[in-house]
This record gives sequence, structure tokens and C-alpha cells, in this order.
Amino acid sequence: MNTIESVVQARDLTKVYAMGDLQVHALRGVSLEIARGEVVAIMGPSGSGKSTLMNILGALDRPTSGSYQLDGELVSDMLDERLAEVRNRRVGFVFQNFNLLPRATALANVELPLRYTRHQVSDRRVRAIEALESVGLAERIGHRPNELSGGQQQRVAIARAIVSRPAIVMADEPTGNLDSRSGREIMELLMVMNQEHDATLIIITHDPEVAAYCERTVVLRDGKVEN
Amino acid sequence: MDYLMTLREAIESIGANKLRAVLTMLGIVIGVAAVVSMLAIGRGAQSQITSQIESIGANLLYVRAGGDSANPEPLTIEDASAIENPGRSPSVAGVAPFVQGNVQISVPGEQVSTGVFGVTPAYLEIQGIGVLEGSLLTAEQEQEQAAVVLLGIEIAETLFGTSEGLVGEVVRINGQPFRVVGVLEEAGGTTFGSSDNRVIIPLSTARLRVVRRTGVGEVDQILVEAKSSELVDAAIQEVSQVLRSRHTSNLGVDDFSIQNTQSFLETAESITGTLTVFLGSIAGVSLLVGGIGIMNIMLVSVIERTREIGLRKAVGARRRDIQIQFLIESSLMSIAGGIVGILLGWGISALVGVVFGGGTLNPQVDWNSVLLAVGFSATIGIFFGYYPASQAAKLEPVEALRSE
Repeated sequence: MNTIESVVQARDLTKVYAMGDLQVHALRGVSLEIARGEVVAIMGPSGSGKSTLMNILGALDRPTSGSYQLDGELVSDMLDERLAEVRNRRVGFVFQNFNLLPRATALANVELPLRYTRHQVSDRRVRAIEALESVGLAERIGHRPNELSGGQQQRVAIARAIVSRPAIVMADEPTGNLDSRSGREIMELLMVMNQEHDATLIIITHDPEVAAYCERTVVLRDGKVEN
Repeated sequence: MDYLMTLREAIESIGANKLRAVLTMLGIVIGVAAVVSMLAIGRGAQSQITSQIESIGANLLYVRAGGDSANPEPLTIEDASAIENPGRSPSVAGVAPFVQGNVQISVPGEQVSTGVFGVTPAYLEIQGIGVLEGSLLTAEQEQEQAAVVLLGIEIAETLFGTSEGLVGEVVRINGQPFRVVGVLEEAGGTTFGSSDNRVIIPLSTARLRVVRRTGVGEVDQILVEAKSSELVDAAIQEVSQVLRSRHTSNLGVDDFSIQNTQSFLETAESITGTLTVFLGSIAGVSLLVGGIGIMNIMLVSVIERTREIGLRKAVGARRRDIQIQFLIESSLMSIAGGIVGILLGWGISALVGVVFGGGTLNPQVDWNSVLLAVGFSATIGIFFGYYPASQAAKLEPVEALRSE
């Protein structure tokens, strides 16, 4: 795999948390490469460090040591303001509990990432509507989250994740709060997004059914990648 | 960063918890209303006192013997004539020497003690004194030392029980008969006492028979009218020059003093100005308390919305974006409270004007105090919103997303 085609290049990532006097080693040297357009599942029991890995890969947090290049940029040493910019341009997030703004419409929720860049208001609107159309919610753009079903809310969240055309989409237990039918629909939608928008998908899950959709599964145990 | 959208979000977010927002704003409403109405009342009091002093006349000088000299020469009628010379005092419009004292005034069955003024016709003209009936004193009466008197309206009513049809009646002043030639118009009470409670007689008559003075042509004071209020300072200079040349006193030591209404006015304005500042500061304290209320609510709001802040950071919001969002919310609350407070303060001022009205105290809301209140409440919103907004901006996205 050459560097251009690898969207994610992580080498020897460690993360140590200080909890009082105790040092918790959440990651103990994780190396990972993910190619552009790949769909990867990250699995592991709770406490295995998969949330910590997701935070670092999603540029929400920095590793204690090791290097991480996202889309050709060295993210592991960046300061907060630059990290925010990287998240804004190169990362889309889909959360287990959707994390939509409760008082905002579907359209406003999808527009949110674009509001923190220099997009024209009209351009922003067009792109948000396109994203909502591509997740099949064209008729629901004026609805607020409490007027939508769980599956529909997660569709809005997916539209929000892809609206800024990020290099990677991080999905943290995307089906965890949904019934099995909605869960399947969401997974199928994510696959469509992967193919149509060429979005690299990283799915954190403990559900084998979800992992079955992915091309590759990375299993974490005690802060290390299991062979 | 899209400010219009952020503003709309701030309004929605405030609207989502209406009761809380209203109670928070109430602190600012009360504070601003207090500042606006206190300043208005202070200003009302100031203009009331100012207009009373100005009704005496802003261009009048009162010259008295005394000053810095240990052994002053008395002022005389000759001094007054010298001042009146237009060659020497071009800024002076009129000069009126006068004496004053206390006398017993009586009619059969009635006797009161009152103030008497011995004046020339010029005095009546300068002071703008008019009569209800009869006529003012004349130059002939002055020359003849006539035993004639003008009665103040209160004295007339005390002695005769009426203020009408009194011309030609005779009263006794210190036992000597005087003929009533007129009843003075009502002058009204001022802060300096009633001027309806006095009698006026010719200066010559007073000096000869009523208010005796030892010196030749000696008078108590000389009233000088400047041609305009701008020429008051020039008139003071001219009068001083004339008196210095006539009186033999040591160089640099004047044996007279000159007071003018302008100096009363300045004193009164500085007193009422201090009062206004004092009232305003007390009201300002309540505005401060209102600001602390805003800070309190904003801190609660930051904690409640930790997840939302985490999400915004996850999708790319920088510290500054979050900070501005919360600052807009706090300023919006304090400005809205400020506007309602101004209206309330206006209402309170109007109410005070009605209750204590009748011309004595009219609170004046002016644009300066309105601008002050708006500026102050916006500043309070930013100042007291700054700490909560910084707390919000400082949150780590990972921690914030994990919170419930």
C-alpha cells in the first residue's frame, strides 16, 4: 500500500490516561493502514481501547506517542484549532445516539459542519439538501428530530457526516440504538454512501452482523491489534 | 461563522426555556429601570432648582460692602451713580441701590412684623415686579420722600383680609402713617422663601424715617443688571474697577463683594449633580446583581448543553465559535432586558412626575441616560457572559461527547 492511497496511516499509537495516581494504558502500540474507499470494522470487547482509537482516528484527541497521518496530513502533533479544522474538512461522525441538535430542523442539522467554514449560505443550503436527498429524506428537511423515527434521525446524521465530503466517516455503533430492521437499512445506506461518495468507512462495533458488511475487521484486545 | 444563523439559534435557545429567560432578564430589567428613573428624577430636581434660580435672573449682580478688607467703607448712593455711568461700565444695563430691614406694620386691630425694602423705581424694573392694583413707585415719590407703600399680597391679606380695593388705605410702619399705592403681584414661593411677605417703600423715605443708616447716602446693597448673561463677567470687572477707584483700600484688597446668580446656579448644579450620581450608582448596583444572575444562568446552560458543545466541536467548531455563540446568548438576554428596563424606567419617571407633579418635580428621561443604560446592559451581558462562554469553549470534545 503506498502512502497516497492510504487515507489512514497510524504507527505505534499509544494513549495513557492518568486516573489519579493510576496510569491507564488504553492503547499500547497500534499500527493501522486503511486504503481510500475501504470499509473497516473495529471490534473488541469493552475496555479494549476501541473508543480511544476512534477518538484519535477522528482527530478528536491526540495520541500520547506514535504518529497518525490522515489524508496525507500529520494530525498527531496538531494543536486544538488545527484539529478542529481537520475534523471539519476530513472527518464525518455518526454516533450511536445520533447527536442531533434537538431544536434545529433536519436541514439545519445537516448544514451545521458547513457553518464552521467559509461556505456561502446558498451553497451550504444546496449541499445540505443534496445530502438529505441522497439519504432519502428529501421530504423531511423541515422536520425536527422529535418528529422523526430513530432510523430517520440516523439518516440525518449520515447526511451531516457526508455533507462536507470528508476523507473518512467514523461510525460509532451506528445501529446500537435501532431495531434490527432500521439497523439493516442504515448499514445498507452506509454501504451506498461508501460506493457513491467514495467515502472511507470506519465502523466501531461489537455486533458481528455489522462487521459482516465490512471488507476487513480489525480486532482490538487490551490496547493492541489482535492478529 | 454565520452570525445571522447564530443569532437565530440564540433566540431559539433562549425561547426554549422561557420562564428561566424571563426571570434572568428581570434582574436586568429592574436594574436598568432603576438607573433610568433615578437619573431622570435627579435631572428633574436639577432643572427645577436651576429654573428657580434663573427666575431670579441670571444676569443680576448683588454688590455688598465687606469683602476682604477689615475696615470696609459703606456703599453709597454716589457709588451707585458712578457705576451707572455708561462710559465706565458699558456692560451694565441698570443699577439700583437699596436698603432692607424689619419693621412693625399695623392697621387698627392688626399688627405684624415683616421685611421692608427701600428701593428706587429702577429696582422694581430690574426685578420685574408688578402690581395687581394701583401703581408702582415713581421718581417723584422718591424725590419727595413720600410716605407711600406697596404691600406684598400675603401682608395685604393678613392686615385687611383681602388683597383688593386697598389703594388709598393707610397703614402704620413703625407707628408712622403710610398710604397704600399698590398691591404687589404674587411672586410665589421659591426655595429661598416667599417674596409675597414684604412691603416696599421709596429708598429716600426708608433712609430718612424707617431704616436709618449713619453714613452719608449709605445703602445696604447695590443691585446691578448686566446687559446679558454673557456680559456678567465683564460687568463684574467694570463694577469692581469703579468701586476700587472710589474706595480707599489697600492694593489688592477689595472692601466689597459681588455675588451673582450664576454662582448660586453653579453651586446648586454641583449639589444636584452629586445627588444624581449617587442615586445612579445605587441603581447601578442592582444592575450588577442582574448581571450576576445572567452569569449564573449561563453557567447552568453550559453544563446542560455539554453534549451539544461536544457535537459542535466534533463537526469542526473552534473555541472562538463556541465562545461567540454563548456570548451572543448572554448579550441578547441583557440587551432585551435593557430595552424593557428603559421602557419601565420611563414609566416610573412619568408616574413620579404625575404623583409629585404640579410643576415642582418633573423627571426628565434624556437620551444620554438611555444610551448609558443600553451600553451598560450590553457590557454586562458580555462581561458576565464571558466566563461561562470560556468554560464552554474550553471543553474537550471527547469529554463533552461522553457526558449525559
